[in-house]
Amino acid sequence: MTNNPQLNKSGQLQHLLTTEGLPAPILLTILDTAESFVGVTERDVKKVPILRGKSVFNLFFEPSTRTRTTFEIAAKRLSADVVNLNIAASSQSKGETLLDTVNNLSAMHADMFVVRHSQSGAAHLIARHVKPEIHVINAGDGRHAHPTQGLLDVFTIRHYKRDFRSLRVAIVGDILHSRVARSQIHALTTLGVPEVRVIGPKTLLPSKVERLGVHVFHQMAEGLKDVDVLLMLRLQNERMVSARLPSKEEYFKYYGLTQEKLALAKPDAIVLHPGPMNRGVEIDSAVADGKQSVILPQVTFGIAVRMAVMAILAGH
Amino acid sequence: MEILIENGRVVDPKSGVDAVMNVFVSGGTITAIGTTPPGFHPYRKINAEGLVVCPGLVDLSARLREPGLEYKATLESEMAAAVSGGVTSLACSPDTDPVLDEPGLVEMLKHRAKSLNQAHVYPIGALTRGLKGESLTEMAELHDAGCIAFGQSDMPLPNTRVLMHAMQYASTFGFGIWLRPQDVNLADSGVAHDGEVATRLGLPAIPVCAETLALSNIILMARETGAKIHFCRISSAEGAAMVQAAKRQGLPVTCDVAANHIHLSEMDIGFFDSNCHLVPPLRGLSDRDALRRGLLDGTIDAICSDHAPVDEDAKLLPFEEAEAGATGLELLLPLTLKWAEEVRLPLPAALARITVEPARILGIDAGHLSPGAIADLCVFDPDEYWKVEMAALKSQGKNTPFLGMELRGRVKYTLVNGEVVYETG
Repeated sequence: MTNNPQLNKSGQLQHLLTTEGLPAPILLTILDTAESFVGVTERDVKKVPILRGKSVFNLFFEPSTRTRTTFEIAAKRLSADVVNLNIAASSQSKGETLLDTVNNLSAMHADMFVVRHSQSGAAHLIARHVKPEIHVINAGDGRHAHPTQGLLDVFTIRHYKRDFRSLRVAIVGDILHSRVARSQIHALTTLGVPEVRVIGPKTLLPSKVERLGVHVFHQMAEGLKDVDVLLMLRLQNERMVSARLPSKEEYFKYYGLTQEKLALAKPDAIVLHPGPMNRGVEIDSAVADGKQSVILPQVTFGIAVRMAVMAILAGH
Repeated sequence: MEILIENGRVVDPKSGVDAVMNVFVSGGTITAIGTTPPGFHPYRKINAEGLVVCPGLVDLSARLREPGLEYKATLESEMAAAVSGGVTSLACSPDTDPVLDEPGLVEMLKHRAKSLNQAHVYPIGALTRGLKGESLTEMAELHDAGCIAFGQSDMPLPNTRVLMHAMQYASTFGFGIWLRPQDVNLADSGVAHDGEVATRLGLPAIPVCAETLALSNIILMARETGAKIHFCRISSAEGAAMVQAAKRQGLPVTCDVAANHIHLSEMDIGFFDSNCHLVPPLRGLSDRDALRRGLLDGTIDAICSDHAPVDEDAKLLPFEEAEAGATGLELLLPLTLKWAEEVRLPLPAALARITVEPARILGIDAGHLSPGAIADLCVFDPDEYWKVEMAALKSQGKNTPFLGMELRGRVKYTLVNGEVVYETG
């Protein structure tokens, strides 16, 4: 189990399953390639022929509109044929197993699978069982990873802050259940960010999270001091049901990002959020729509980053 | 039916015998060791030169999946696995379908097992009806039908009042209660140790205090009731320390550990290897090391196979959804030998953990080579390496974290009641 399942024998990207364990040069190649696609997305004719004749299957075992749409746009801008499958509603309910579904779709000559699944490790399982010519992109698996989100976040950070090696970055909120946070942490630490912080109440931090290379804070006042980048996370309603938090209101009061709390960070700090936002829960509207927010540029860059990942997997 | 086992290294952990000798078997029992008894005319001679001759292994935790779960394994397949692993006596768990909570079911299982004429089967009866944790089973009746102790398998018993009464009732008759300590609320839907690996992989986690909290309850109630408790498959350093403390207080408690857990840790999950989805979860390296120490100092009495055959499809799922468990009967001996080699423990002491010690916990006359004892024997080559492959396993369950690895120690002959029930082709 020591081999990185994401890399082929010559060390090139075979699948994108997680940002963990990917060497910095590969991450940087993805970011640089994405840079070149930002131009494409701003042109009148927004298409390049890199994936012409290729089929990209969006396999969404868990409902999602935003992520699926951005992958679809990215694939179409690369001239691929895109098939969207909302599997939560069809075969799985008929008792077909995950691998049966994947094998059936492989037989339809897919070139790339974009997979979202509620179970951690689902994308790894698929990658382990597909034919060698098929590439798998993890679009979110359980609490484990959401690597294209992590990559678009570091892309956004680089766009505004240039040098990773002088940054202090804080990730705020429900780290325990967040695949986004895990992907951000691994990407940031690999790219040489000297200080990555996580801030949240103890019920939302996984045990031994410091082993991932982060500094742990429980108070915003301390955790946000002198940070350059704030990565906000979405808070799910389930956390109240499972007795991890008393109420949204108390969460907002202590961990919600307001202008007042943002003032604790550096004056030029930027604010990111993977969406969809809960205004008034983890972030105040004044901040979300304020001048330090780069939440909408994130979405635009997200398409370029996903195009880059697909192009690189296709050997471009 | 007289059999002579010649020139093997005879190891009997109970008597301390460890010497090259002949073993004489007749009429289902061990007639003599060393000196030829008068009038002994073997119809068969087994050349055991270079091999170890020891008591047949006794396993405290084997799931045979019958009745009801034959798609996972059958009595035929798992009994064949047992004897090919040198296991001649085994305790099987009540979590079948239906649950072993009625005397008729136990009698049927005993009868089926007996007719196969392989390993001896000792059913653990359900402690509560349907393993639901609500009302007591007819323990005395079940005992008469053949149950050797009572337990909950991996099903929770969250109602402490029911547990207390179960202990009082069982101790009335002197029956042992076998429990795998785990607090159901803290374990919740966890599938991995609450540590670095679960954090990295985003897997729902089970904290160590799920084990220690349950241990604490059980130990306090055992002190109150005087019930005889066997702790199954302990998983943590802190848990082992609590068992040690309970033993020092003189409480009648015993404890086992699964063979997987003295070799593996959470790290072995790697990239979601569902073969490492086990119950209890593989914990940290320091826990594993503490379990190994506990086994050496006697805190932990025995090693069990934790045999839980799972059908292949049930493992071809994301880690969390994949069914927990691994095949184990055929690996109990080699994994015990591997541990002994790593901690430099002499062979007789190592074999004690899978023969005489588990037999003592079961309260059965097995696991030793005294003259007159039932001739349940295991003859193995201690130096032969073999590769753990699906095709090499007799069990219907082919999944184990050790798949693909080479292990040392291969069973050559297994005798039950003085008959050769297994030999390598």
